[in-house]
Formats: sequence, structure tokens, C-alpha cells
Amino acid sequence: MSEAAAGAADHPLWGWAVESWTWGWANLDDPVGPLLGEHLLLSLASIAIGLAAAVPLGLLSVRYRFLYPPVLTGVNTLYAVPSLALFFLLLPYTAFSPWTAILPLALYTLAILVPNVVDGLTQVPDHVRQAAVAMGFGPLRRLLLVELPVALPVIIAGLRVASVATISMVSVASLVGLGGLGGLITDGFNRDFAAPVVVGIVLSVLLAFAADGGLVLLQRALTPWARRDARPGRRRRRAADRAARAATAPRPAGPQPEESP
Amino acid sequence: MNVVAAVAEWFAQPEHWQGSAGIPARLAEHVYYSGLALALSALLAVPLGLLTGHTGRGGFLAISLANFARALPTIGVLTLVVLGLGLGVVPVLVALVALAVPPILVNTYEGVRGVDPRLKDAAQGMGMRGGEVLWRVEVPLAMPLILLGLRTAAIQVVATATIAAYVGIGGLGRFIVDGQRQQLIEQILGGAVLVVALALAVTALFALLRRLVVARGLRVPPAGAAR
Repeated sequence: MSEAAAGAADHPLWGWAVESWTWGWANLDDPVGPLLGEHLLLSLASIAIGLAAAVPLGLLSVRYRFLYPPVLTGVNTLYAVPSLALFFLLLPYTAFSPWTAILPLALYTLAILVPNVVDGLTQVPDHVRQAAVAMGFGPLRRLLLVELPVALPVIIAGLRVASVATISMVSVASLVGLGGLGGLITDGFNRDFAAPVVVGIVLSVLLAFAADGGLVLLQRALTPWARRDARPGRRRRRAADRAARAATAPRPAGPQPEESP
Repeated sequence: MNVVAAVAEWFAQPEHWQGSAGIPARLAEHVYYSGLALALSALLAVPLGLLTGHTGRGGFLAISLANFARALPTIGVLTLVVLGLGLGVVPVLVALVALAVPPILVNTYEGVRGVDPRLKDAAQGMGMRGGEVLWRVEVPLAMPLILLGLRTAAIQVVATATIAAYVGIGGLGRFIVDGQRQQLIEQILGGAVLVVALALAVTALFALLRRLVVARGLRVPPAGAAR
């Protein structure tokens, strides 16, 4: 590999790649490893808190339909607030504690997670719900044992988008001194040195892919019936995947008067 | 309430509305970067989404590309391009295009893919060729989702264009970054309010656009997004 590097080293991109690899490997223990850990912790905490808030919000929006338009407008408006501003504004209150990064990032996930929780729950087929009632399930047991599991694929589809978005956004928090791998990016910018920036980007992308893959595996483990259903033909599962993906984009803010016929 | 008064006062001061560092000039810069980035992204992603959705080929590739772009940290892309090419509009555009392509591409692709095959059969039965099916059946039916993708992208771009200020470029982010440096909370808040207002204006613009370009029979929630 080193001969190849020497041969093609005149190409700037290849030079960058080699330099970044060398730098990343040499600094694995000092800044790179701990920052990767911090990145993982910050994003995990944000997503977990976001989900913990999105599920009750979604449940309330399904139970009391009139709540959904204002909730949707609220989370979509929050989504439009620049992350940089939120970080700076929290700084006086939370100082340099991890909450400065976690709270805004958790708020952003709501714009993706709440609509998915609501969509997942509303698309539970009525006959499934009725069957649960007929079997003597009360509201709580029906929710926990029937409705949430059936809604799970759509909720996880939202979690996948939210986790990828969060992991790539954590880096912005490095401008207030805690952004995990973003620290490598600002460091590289301040020193006019590309290698840390490349390492930061590559590791952040890999982390996002790992989280995405992990959630796919989690979904497979949690919804064994879907796998059994899919066996006769792959086409049905693909259609379900498509439906889930289409439902993941943050959606129209609020009531849309032009939609009424 | 103190803070609200301070922000109101910040907006009320006439010197904040003048010159190349005033609100109108910064707003114009912000709209310029965001608009240009969105236009470039649409030029890239809409044709790609239409093509992959219509032919059914390359869909996996398109979705993978979108997922990869989604995973890129915007600030990293911005910094890297600045280090490679120097300061300017180009790094901001590259970073914002990487941000805006995924929602446009995925929604366009899903919109065209999701068109009922029976409608396409009917169109072919009426004698339409591939291109005609695309433009006269698939695109109109996919329009609500395409617009949704464009709007999602536009709002993300408007909110994220603020980080252009971090590498020393203009836009509304200047108020936020400079406000932080000078410890002026009201200026940070003022900048944030302006960005949110711009995002709301974008939302309103797309509502109008939807009225203009979406066929009347389709102005119920789009099938793909209703789930």
C-alpha cells in the first residue's frame, strides 16, 4: 500500500486519504477514541430522550385528534430553529454540560418521531384492534401488546431517520465545545489541517450507518411475525419498507386549509 | 419577559436595519445561499428521482446515495471544502446541496414509484408512451410528495445555512455567531427569530405552490404521506 501511496501521492485526494489514515491511526487513543465515545453517548441520549417524549406526545395526538395539528406545527417550528442558536442560547443555563447538546438534538428528533408514532398507531388495522378487544384486552394491555408492536415498523423507520440525522448533527455542538467527532472538525479548521476533518467525517458516517443497521436488526428481532409473513414473497416486505420510508419525512406543518375539498 | 423586550429592542434599533451588516442585507445573503443550494439540489435530485422511479431501475442506488448524504455531517463537509478550496460561496453550496438532496430524491422516487400501476396501465392502454406516462400521469400524481420533499429540504437548508457564518461567510448566521462572541443574547435570539420567520415564509410559499401546481383532485393528503 505504501508503494501505491508513493506512486499516486501527487493526487491531492489520495494524499488526503493517506494523511488522514495515518493521522487517525496515530491519534486513535488520544482524541479520536474518546471523541467517538462522546459522539455515541450524545446521540444515544438525544435519541432516547426524543423517543421518550415522542411516544406520549404521539399517543395523546392519537387519543385527542384535535391536539395533533398544533403538536405538529410546534415540532415543525422547533425543527426550523437553527441548532447553532439553540446551543448558544442554552449555554448560559446548562454551561458546558452535555445537556447543552442533548436537549436541542432531542427536540429536533420530535419532528421526525412524532408523525411516525402517530402514523404507526393510526394505521393499526381496525380488525386487529377489535380482535384484541374481543379477547378481553383493556386499553393499556391493548396498547402495549397489540397496537405498539403493530406500529413498531413505522416507529423504527422514524428512529432510523432520526438517528442518522442526529448523529450527523451532533458535530455542530463542537462549536460550543462538546460535539464528539465534531471536535476533530473544528480542530482541523482552526489548524488549517484536513486530516482530522476527514477522520471526523468518516467516523461520523460509519457511526450513522452502524446505528441504522443496528435498528434494522432490532426491528427484525422485535417483529418476528413480519419475517414469517415475508417468506412466501419478498415483494410484500419491500412494499412495506417503501411505505415506511415514505412516512418518514417530516410532514406538513399544521392544518392545511387547502386540503379540504 | 426581559429577554423578549431586549429582542424587541434589538429589532427596533434603526442601525440594525442598515448597511452590509444590517438585517435586510444578511437576509438577502441567506436567501441567496439557500435558494441557490435548493435550486441546484432540485436540478440534481428531481430528474434522478423521476428517472429511477419511472424505470424502476437504480432505485436501491438512489436510496443508498440519499442515505449516505444524510449521514454526512454538514459542518464537516463545509470545513473540508473550505480547507480544500478556500472561503467562498462554493463550500456553503456543497454542504447545503449534500443536505438538501436526500429528502428531494427520496420523496420524488417514492412519489413516482407509488403511483398505482393500474393507472399506468390505463395510460398505456390509451396509447401513451413512456415519456407521456411520466409527464402526464406519474409526475402530476407524484407532485404532492415531490413538493413535500422540496419543502423539507428548503426548511433544512434555511436552518442550516446559519453555519456558513462559522467559516466566516455572511447570512443570518452572522447574528448568531457574532452575538455569541460578543455575549449578546438578544442578537442570537434575533438571528434565530429571523431564521424561523424565513422558514415559516418558505412553508407558506410551498402551500401556495401546492395550490398552483397540484391537480385539484389530489389536494387531499398524498397517499404516500398519509401513512
